[in-house]
Amino acid sequence: MGKSIIEKIWEQHIVHQEENKPDLLYIDLHYIHEVTSPQAFEGLRLKGRKVRRPDRTFATMDHNVPTINRYFIEDEIALKQLTALETNCRDFGIELADLNSPDQGIVHVIGPEMGLTQPGMTIVCGDSHTSTHGAFGSIAFGIGTSEVEHVFATQTLWQTKPKTLKLEVNGKLRFGVTAKDVILYVIAKYGVNFGNGYIVEYCGEVFRNMSMEERMTVCNMSIEGGARAGLVSPDETTFSYIKGRKFVPTGEEFEQSVNQWKLLASDEDAVYDREITIDAEQISPMVSWGTNPGMASAVDENIPVGSSDTIDEKELQRALEYMGLTEGMQITDIPVQHVFIGSCTNSRIEDLRKAADVISGKQVHKGVRAMVVPGSQKVKKQAEEEGLDEVFKSAGFEWRDSGCSMCLGMNPDAVPAGEHCASTSNRNFEGRQGAGARTHLVSPEMAAAAALYGKFIDIRNLENSSEMHQLH
Amino acid sequence: MEPITVYRGKPAVLDRNNVDTDQIIPKQFLKRIERTGFGEFLFYNWRYNENGELREDFELNQPEAAGASILVAGENFGCGSSREHAPWSLQDFGFQIVIAPSFADIFKNNCLKNGILPIALSADEVSYLMKEAKNPDVEFTVDLPNQKVYGPADFVTEFDIHPYWKEMLVNGWDEISITLQYDDQIAKYEQTIDVVSTK
Ligand code: SF4
Repeated sequence: MGKSIIEKIWEQHIVHQEENKPDLLYIDLHYIHEVTSPQAFEGLRLKGRKVRRPDRTFATMDHNVPTINRYFIEDEIALKQLTALETNCRDFGIELADLNSPDQGIVHVIGPEMGLTQPGMTIVCGDSHTSTHGAFGSIAFGIGTSEVEHVFATQTLWQTKPKTLKLEVNGKLRFGVTAKDVILYVIAKYGVNFGNGYIVEYCGEVFRNMSMEERMTVCNMSIEGGARAGLVSPDETTFSYIKGRKFVPTGEEFEQSVNQWKLLASDEDAVYDREITIDAEQISPMVSWGTNPGMASAVDENIPVGSSDTIDEKELQRALEYMGLTEGMQITDIPVQHVFIGSCTNSRIEDLRKAADVISGKQVHKGVRAMVVPGSQKVKKQAEEEGLDEVFKSAGFEWRDSGCSMCLGMNPDAVPAGEHCASTSNRNFEGRQGAGARTHLVSPEMAAAAALYGKFIDIRNLENSSEMHQLH
Repeated sequence: MEPITVYRGKPAVLDRNNVDTDQIIPKQFLKRIERTGFGEFLFYNWRYNENGELREDFELNQPEAAGASILVAGENFGCGSSREHAPWSLQDFGFQIVIAPSFADIFKNNCLKNGILPIALSADEVSYLMKEAKNPDVEFTVDLPNQKVYGPADFVTEFDIHPYWKEMLVNGWDEISITLQYDDQIAKYEQTIDVVSTK
C-alpha cells in the first residue's frame, strides 16, 4: 500500500513515539510575528530558558504595522508590541525583517518569497493561516502562543497524527474562475468544519495546473474549512518557483534537494481517510454574503432562502441581520463602499496583475474607497517596476506599504460600521475588518470589478471580458 | 497550572454555532504583551453596546449566568484565528470548562495547554444541558479521572479525552518541562537532518 505525502512527511519528523501519547514531532521552521510571540518570550524568561534553534526561526512585523507613514506609529500599544519583538529577537538571536528590511511583509508571503519554505518541511507559526506554506508540499499549521513557547524551547511539538483527506478537483476551470473561487466553493459546499481533524491534500488537474501563488491562495484558506493544514504534492511548478531564491541551495546541492523532494509526492495507490471529488465545471466566481466563509454563493445566484445542509435557520438570520441583507436577494444587488485588495490570501504579484488587468484605464466608482496593500515590500517593488501602481493610482486606488492592513483592522485601516467591503482576504467574521464592518470575500478580479461598479458584478460579463479571456 | 480532577461549577449557555475567536476576543485587545487581564474584554462586541454599557440581551449578561465557570456552547466552538488570547480571556473571566458538540482544532489545543478542559458531547446532550443550565441554581460536575459529566437529576454521560492530555490536566503539569526530558533524543534527531538556516 502506498503512502500519501502527509504520512511521508509525518514519519520523517517523529522524534519520539509511544503508545497513548501524541507523537513528538520535530519542527523544521518556525515563523513568528509581533502579536502572538510576546507572551511566549515572557514564558522563556520566567523559566530562564533559551530559544533552542534561532537558526530555524524567522521573525517579521506584519499584523500591526501601519501601511501608510509606516515609521510613524501612533498607536502606543502597537508600538509596544513592535518594540517588544525587536528586543526579543535581539536578546534571543533571531533574524527579524523589521520595517526597514526589504524582506518585510506578511509572514505567509515572505516565507515562500525568500525560499525559506521548502517541500517536506514541518512549519509552524502562531497564526492560523500558516496552512499557506502547504502549497510547497510541507506540513504547515498554525499554533497558539503556548506552542510557540514550546517550539522555542524544544524545536518540537506533541502532535496527534491527523486524518487525511484527499480533495480532488478534476477538469478545467471555466473562464473567470480563480483559485480563490475554488476554495470558497469547497467551503460553501462542505461547510466551515468539513476539514476538522484532517490534513487536506489538494489533488487533481485543477491544482496541478495552478501556479504556486494560486496554490498558496487555496492552502491559505484550508483553515477556513476547519483543516489545520492543507498541502499540494510538489512538482516541477514547485521546484522552478523555489529555484534561485535567497535561502535556497544552488547548483549540485539544489539538484539533490529536488531529487529528494520528488520522492515526497503521494503514491498513486495512497489511501486516505476521506475523499471528496469535485468537477471544476461546477465552480463559478464566488461572493460571500454572510459572517463565515462558508456563507458564500456564486455571483449569479441569490442569497439562500431558509436553512441548508451546512447553515441552520438561526445562523442564517443572525448573519443576514448583521450584514444588512435579506434572503433571496441577488448577489449583484449588494452595494460596495470599500474594496480591499491584500492579505496573505491574495496580495502577491499575480493577484495584483490580475486586478490591474480588470481596472486598467478605468475609474473607481464614485463613493467607493479602494486600496491595494501588497503582501510584501518585494511585491510592492516588483509591482512598481511593472507600472501596476500607476494603473491602480490613476484608477483611484490607494497604494500602500505591505502589512496585514484591512484584513483584520488591527492597524489604522478599518471599514466603518454598516458599510460593505469587497475584500480579497479570508475571513468575513463579524467585526473582522472593523466594528460593524460587512465583509464580502472575493477574488482579486471580482474585487477590482466591484471597485469599478460600486456593487458586485459577474466578471464574466465585463465589457472587456474577451480581452481578459486572452489574458488568462 | 492548577490540576483539574473533580470539578463542580455553575454553567452558562451560549447557544450559537461557529463562535469564532474574533468574537471571543476581538483583535483590538490583542495588543497586550502579558497573558492576564483579558477577561474584561471577553465577547466584547456582544457583551457591550457602542457606549460601553452591558447589553442586557446578551446571554452571558443574564442574571442566571453570573458566577458561571462552565460554558455550554454550540458546535465548532473557537473556529478562526489561532489566538491563544481566546482561552486566556475565557479563563480570566472565570471559565474552567467548555462543553460543546465540537471544537475547532487549534482552539481545543490552546485550551488544553492552559488548563481549560474542552468537552465534546453529542448535540442532544448539549441541548439538554443548555436547557437545564437555564435554572439559576443548577450546577454540573465534571469528573476528569473518570471522564464523566454529571448534570442535574441523574443525568450522566461520558466524554473522550486523549490520555496524554488527561494526565497533564489531572496533574497540572507544564508541557515544556516534560519535553525537555527528551532533550537527548531531540539532539540525536537533529544530527540526522539537513541544515536549515534563516541567517
Ligand atoms: S493577512 Fe490577515 S489572515 Fe493573513 S496573517 Fe495577516 S491578519 Fe492573518
